[in-house]
Amino acid sequence: MELVSGLLSGVWLLAGLSDATEDKRSKKMEEKALEVYDVIRTIRDPEKPNTLEELDVVTEKCVEVQELGDDEYLIIIKFSPTVPHCSLATLIGLCLQVKLQRCLPFKHKLEIYITEGTHSTEEDINKQINDKERVAAAMENPSLREIVEQCVTEPDD
Amino acid sequence: MKGALELLQRVSAHPDARCWCVAWSPSGTLLASCGGDCAIKIWGKEGDSWECKCVMADGHQRTVRTVAWSPCGKYLASASFDATTCIWKKTNDDFESLTVLEGHENEVKCVTWAPSGNLLATCSRDKSVWIWEVDEEDEYECVSVVNSHTQDVKHVVWHPTQELLASAGYDNKVCIYKEVDDDWECRATLEGHESTVWSLAFDPEGQRLASCSDDRTVKIWKKSTLGDGESDSSDESWKCVCTLSGFHGRTIYDVAWCRLTGALATACGDDGVRVFKEEDPTVDPEQPVFFMSAHLPKAHGQDVNCVSWNPKEAGLLATCSDNGEFAIWKYNSDS
Repeated sequence: MELVSGLLSGVWLLAGLSDATEDKRSKKMEEKALEVYDVIRTIRDPEKPNTLEELDVVTEKCVEVQELGDDEYLIIIKFSPTVPHCSLATLIGLCLQVKLQRCLPFKHKLEIYITEGTHSTEEDINKQINDKERVAAAMENPSLREIVEQCVTEPDD
Repeated sequence: MKGALELLQRVSAHPDARCWCVAWSPSGTLLASCGGDCAIKIWGKEGDSWECKCVMADGHQRTVRTVAWSPCGKYLASASFDATTCIWKKTNDDFESLTVLEGHENEVKCVTWAPSGNLLATCSRDKSVWIWEVDEEDEYECVSVVNSHTQDVKHVVWHPTQELLASAGYDNKVCIYKEVDDDWECRATLEGHESTVWSLAFDPEGQRLASCSDDRTVKIWKKSTLGDGESDSSDESWKCVCTLSGFHGRTIYDVAWCRLTGALATACGDDGVRVFKEEDPTVDPEQPVFFMSAHLPKAHGQDVNCVSWNPKEAGLLATCSDNGEFAIWKYNSDS
């Protein structure tokens, strides 16, 4: 797949069209990123009566989308928790995982990280958030599930 | 020598939930599956297709993560996020809950039977590995609790011929256990993986151990033979003799070593199933070389969680996925 597109862009470069395809591809990634952002910006913070967008925990820039091929995309999200409290950061990560799993209409793989330098135990938190077995088990814990549901449910759901 | 994987059947086993594990019965005629719907299902072949023979829906209150058959095929063990391990007894086509093993503080991730049929091991997010003994009256007793891992333990597997146990963990390590003076102890810690080790598989002779990880590699470990003949028989020394990297796009959740053919299969978070074969093993046993014989990039529509070789029919492979399906494949090494 990549070899072919490499050859094609070589041909198009000669025809002055290569820039256009690159632009088209990055525009597509931007559109997908906005689709993703639309899903996560309304998630409510577990402690404060605000959304993650209002608290700058997530921003448009924090979503990166890469094409994995065949209508499948790799989504990388880097969020900045408001306070350095470990369990809160993990909880936000959990909310992001759950909402995206439920609401994203296109085929994707997901990676969620804390923005570097925002937390002392970020490696630990990143590892937990990206372990799907840990996420699944956490969502079977009734009290944890309750909190997550409150954060991810849209008011009109 | 290029191989291929041919799809025989796809089954929507656990609708709207993950299918976490599939396990062939020792006779190779039944397949057990389990998943996020808290159920265990037993599948048997009727004519050309796999049909559901039995559903055990009330044994667990949460996800069933692993199912394992006893070597005699009369019992099935199931490990659950509800912190229990259930032992089921097979009578004709039905399974009855025999006993529930409690003790772990939280999710049980894996359960495995020793080849003797008298021992069982379980592991959990509580960081411990428990070893249980079964007596002639079907009574189960915990004989050891070992705390060698510093984090969540993901997988446990017995050696095919010796009473040796291996475990894999979220702490990126593999531990090897032996019974020393009536107590089970960790005798070796295998380090090298850069992230969570999800699964393990011994080769047919039990000379080597394959491990797979979130670091997207498979490592092959070989038991070191101490040349001076003065080794303490309790010592275990294993070293990494091969690393398969660059083949997998995401976390590798499972690895399985075929007892009949020696082929190594992997289940990956990039939705793919791969089969590796060893190049001429006589060249240098200390530096084995494996090549990828078959690769099915979109084996399932989502992450592949488990891969299992049929113990009786060479080349028959079962896999299962996050989309609740399992699939049966025929692997041909020459195509």
